[in-house]
Amino acid sequence: MAEASFRSRSNRFLVELDRERTVAELDYRAFRAEAARCAEALRARGLEAGQRLALLLSNGPQWLIAAYAGIQLGAVLVPLDARLDPAGQASLLAHCGALHLVTDGPVWRRLEAALEAPLRAALVVRPLSDLQQPAEDWDQALPVAPPPLEADSSRSRDDLAAIVYSSGTSGRPKGCLLSHGNYLSQLEALANAFPLEEDDVYLSILPSNHAIDFMCGFLVPLLCGARIVHLRTLRPEWIVDALKTQRVTHLAAVPALLSAIERNLKDRLSGLERLPAAGLRGLRRLNELLTERQPRPWLSRTLLQPIHQALGGRLRTIFAGGAPVPVETARFLYGLGIPVAIGYGQTEAGTVITVNRLTPFRAETVGPPLEGVEVKIHEPDAEGRGEVWVRGPNVFQGYLDDPELSAEAFAGGGWLKTGDLGAFDSTGHLCLVGRKKHMIVTPGGKNVYPEELEAKLTGLDVEELAVLPSHSIWPSAPGEHEGLVLVARPRDSKGWFEEVVRRNRRLPAYLRLAGVLIRETPFPKTTSLKLKRHELAEELATRPRADLRRLS
Amino acid sequence: MSEATLSRVLTLAGGRFTRPVSELGPDDDLFESLGIDSVQALELLSDLERAFGVDLPDYELAEVRSFRDLAERIAARQ
Repeated sequence: MAEASFRSRSNRFLVELDRERTVAELDYRAFRAEAARCAEALRARGLEAGQRLALLLSNGPQWLIAAYAGIQLGAVLVPLDARLDPAGQASLLAHCGALHLVTDGPVWRRLEAALEAPLRAALVVRPLSDLQQPAEDWDQALPVAPPPLEADSSRSRDDLAAIVYSSGTSGRPKGCLLSHGNYLSQLEALANAFPLEEDDVYLSILPSNHAIDFMCGFLVPLLCGARIVHLRTLRPEWIVDALKTQRVTHLAAVPALLSAIERNLKDRLSGLERLPAAGLRGLRRLNELLTERQPRPWLSRTLLQPIHQALGGRLRTIFAGGAPVPVETARFLYGLGIPVAIGYGQTEAGTVITVNRLTPFRAETVGPPLEGVEVKIHEPDAEGRGEVWVRGPNVFQGYLDDPELSAEAFAGGGWLKTGDLGAFDSTGHLCLVGRKKHMIVTPGGKNVYPEELEAKLTGLDVEELAVLPSHSIWPSAPGEHEGLVLVARPRDSKGWFEEVVRRNRRLPAYLRLAGVLIRETPFPKTTSLKLKRHELAEELATRPRADLRRLS
Repeated sequence: MSEATLSRVLTLAGGRFTRPVSELGPDDDLFESLGIDSVQALELLSDLERAFGVDLPDYELAEVRSFRDLAERIAARQ
């Protein structure tokens, strides 16, 4: 597939920006030539088919060049998180057994002293200081005239393509084994659901080691012959700037990033002087009505021209997932004519399980299953809610060197137990309610999901919030009622507490909060910005119960 | 690094996130004492770049914990 795209295409493939400055541009042929150089450098340093190649660097052309070179050599890619602490990175490197590493200067500066196992070679992109063996400067290690790049033909669909560590918070490394067949099935289904054109531009801002960016921000554009833009800085003002200057059509974002874009857009909206505020509100309302059933990009761009101009005028879809997407944020963006395709996935399921197709826009769901992916609700309760089980060619092969955990992941018949609870609505869209292990059973026998309650509190004027069962913070006496506690990190604004009181009164009795605990510091999160509930509860355990502001 | 750089960093950080400068100590964890996450810290880097006329790449944040660390990074680039 990829071969065909290289022969026929001479358009730009990769663009790298450092703020407003373009620092690298590669067309498809140049990309392939760079991959040939990288493959030769790795081959000469002993990398063979079936061996592991670790990628530990920030997003940029070299990430994709090295990944492509690794695939061509038949190596198993191990994408690691460049924002993890050095000890964590070193431990995963040792766990996966990689002897070859492609990294960058800032990562290597911290990692070098923390390494647990020796490496055979480390290619360092833009080193920050002098390098010592086995580390070498990428620019100098890559040969000028490599032999032509030939794909290793011994690999089949069943062979291992990558080991991807899922962002579990338990501390036990979970290296998901994904085959070429896993990737190819996802790639085909995604490219069918969201085909990219050759003049489409994908802005890659989620880390490339993250399954979403690896799939949507590398494999799909490569297959479709589209362009990928990388940024050296992820400050919201430069992301919005790049949308405009690069005329971006697609991007993927996690909710935290989506909220940052929302904040930035709201600031810009308040600064737009060409339209009186009331007129703009009217046009937004009109756009919302006219795009209720399906997105109409041309219409939205015409109605809301000043906004779309500020975003480059071509933005077609933002893929959102990785954590629950706030409905308000998705609606705000959709209302401006920027469709947000909310999806749901897991590394264990090869990335995407369900995704919204936007006809119509359904912000409160994660969409219907992706083509070829079977999804069922296991043992649904009276409301149709149960654990989401997944089966199909996308489902992973198990966890590296952990037969026990691998066995736990599967039910009989090839079904992957996701650990997520959800229900299908009448139109076949999946609605997630929470993680199975977070579920709380009330004294009345009702199941409560903290995530469901958090969703009911979106839009509250606080920096962050989380709902925890009181027993996860403080041990409770036998028979004592288990209350739900809202943990909030307030802003300077007032009135949010009264709003909590108001909304709490409107909730059904079994869902009501017992009290509010104020925390001034940011909540503990994984590097992909998922809340670490267990750690938050542990940190709060030192607080006296008297700190709880009762709501009843 | 001069004390003037450090005190300017504290003033700018306090100003952006509306914290009284008197409550910020040079060796405090800046994320904790300002109550900010990594995305907000990037916004602070932009302010500091403008104020000091230096480039501060995102990766500098990875090794910064305290206000003093941050001031040292700025001084090294001046």
